[in-house]
Amino acid sequence: MDFNLSPEQKEFKEHALKFVKNEIIPVAQKFDESGEYPREIFQKAWELGLINTSIPESLGGNGFNNLEACLITETLAYGCMGMNSNFMANDLALLPILIGGNEEQKKKFITPFTESFKIASFCLTEPNNGSDAAGIKTTFTDKGDHWEVNGDKMWITNAGYADLFVVYGTIDPELKHKGISCLVMEKGVEGLEIGKKEDKMGHRASDTRGLKFNKVKVPKENMLGNPGDGWLIAMKTLDHSRPLVASSAVGGAQRALDCAVEYSKERTQFGKPISAHQAIQMMIADMAIKVEASRLLVHKAACMADNKQRNTDIASYAKAFAADSCMEITTDAVQIFGGYGYSKEYPVEKLMRDAKLLQIYEGTSQIQRLVIAREVLNK
Amino acid sequence: MNIFVCVKQVPDTETKITPTGDGSFIETSSIKWIMNPYDEFAVEQALLIKADNAESTVTVVRVGSTQDTEALRTAMAMGADEAFLVETTENLDSYMTAKALKGAIEKSGKTPDLILSGKQAIDSDALQVPQILAQMLDLPSVSVVVGFEKDGDKITLKREVEGGALEVYEVTGPTVVACNKGLNTPRYASLPGIMKAKKKPLTTLSLSDVGVSDGDRKLKFSNFQLPPEKPPGKKFDAMDEAAAAGVVSEVVGLLRTEAKVI
Repeated sequence: MDFNLSPEQKEFKEHALKFVKNEIIPVAQKFDESGEYPREIFQKAWELGLINTSIPESLGGNGFNNLEACLITETLAYGCMGMNSNFMANDLALLPILIGGNEEQKKKFITPFTESFKIASFCLTEPNNGSDAAGIKTTFTDKGDHWEVNGDKMWITNAGYADLFVVYGTIDPELKHKGISCLVMEKGVEGLEIGKKEDKMGHRASDTRGLKFNKVKVPKENMLGNPGDGWLIAMKTLDHSRPLVASSAVGGAQRALDCAVEYSKERTQFGKPISAHQAIQMMIADMAIKVEASRLLVHKAACMADNKQRNTDIASYAKAFAADSCMEITTDAVQIFGGYGYSKEYPVEKLMRDAKLLQIYEGTSQIQRLVIAREVLNK
Repeated sequence: MNIFVCVKQVPDTETKITPTGDGSFIETSSIKWIMNPYDEFAVEQALLIKADNAESTVTVVRVGSTQDTEALRTAMAMGADEAFLVETTENLDSYMTAKALKGAIEKSGKTPDLILSGKQAIDSDALQVPQILAQMLDLPSVSVVVGFEKDGDKITLKREVEGGALEVYEVTGPTVVACNKGLNTPRYASLPGIMKAKKKPLTTLSLSDVGVSDGDRKLKFSNFQLPPEKPPGKKFDAMDEAAAAGVVSEVVGLLRTEAKVI
């Protein structure tokens, strides 16, 4: 077993980090405060090949494997977890098309994302259905020559800027998960109402909104797979995207650790740097253990996906552990900074606010544990 | 147009530097290497010229060890076409480096129309190699360049001189141009660029291939040391208002007698 990255993978990480250090870290706080959408940074990252990591070479993408996508995501999240949510949402939205779409749909919807900078939204969650995704209420009604979409979505990342929406709905709520279907909606269609930007605790640079569908007409050929295939497509998408979300937690946690280490060497109390006090050393050691353990779980989950092995359990370990660790590590970083950590003049309070969402979105830490328990008990 | 760019690999500015036990050099095993930042301006300038002049090629040349070829790979990931590495683990002086670069340029089989480099390397800070190289090749050279405009065969160069003034030079082909910060904004290497760089030719030469031997050494490095540590600062407690006046006169006294600044 070799835990080393290839020289090329190390280069990806290094060059991505250079971009992050020059273009994201210096402005992350400003975007956090203003809540402005970082469109220019998003576009620059796209130009450097850091966005849409899931698109294969055959469709004009870079053909990264899941591990490489995780390395890139970790690095982007190191700069700003909030901005990374926008970036990652593109992949999350394109994955269902890559997984469930036919060749024509892939060419039509995916290729434009490789030719110019475009933004996408993944629309699963609803105001009354989060963890209970199979209970979604948005309806797709067969109108002969088109699908009519009615319903509401909530917490949709990139919604205010998206060129394309991948929408989940049901052809019949009675069918539960067997009725879930997935279709592609293009921006500007009649009846698609985009809500106001949500005022959030963290990830303030990410665009999060509600959506309303009022008799939206979607062409028949925009349905991914057959009616009723949506649930499987969503689950496969999440198997692939879970390591990505987990890697963003690793990035945020690594940043908190780095900030804490640097500060602990500068800050003097009782006549020596606080890093020379065992109380701080214990905290730093625990933070370092958790960062590395999270990263190893993420890499294992990603490598399993790359080897076409079923990774449902490991990907959930990675997501739950990395997200929970990120919350603990960012909280400890604030503690090490003391009063300064609680101030917006230092970067760690933002990390703590940003970390919280990682335990909530793309399967809460509790849902991950339900998945894990089912996997373990049914083995 | 054959454009050559001379690049050096230097320790990352965030790397902790430790001299070797015998003081002959620094410990290199744990260093993270980067392309000399001034050389990035040279690579970018070459790529800008190439973009405006079809049929141009950009060849990067470096002298150093094969352990880590970061600088050459970065240059090719940014868009350079080809690379030459003169392999050595020795710490060469400026004269030997220039001679090795000259040899590599000649070995490339291409006649240089323009040679670019950074104005200095941020590790040794010698500011000599571009000028020695130009002398060896019998070419003109302009250093500390912050403006570059090419109009046909004529190149107008702006060079920074002390006091913030600019000297303007007009040169016609082959010239050695040593670039300074402000000339351009170096591009980032894109990830597809990194993948493409893998397929670009990288030729490795030895010192003897380029005609450099120990006899060429003009400078021997004998004792690398860290700069002396700064003595700790003095702190004065003036929180107690009654004591403040005494503290002020104490500080003034020390500034006169110890620091000798007033």
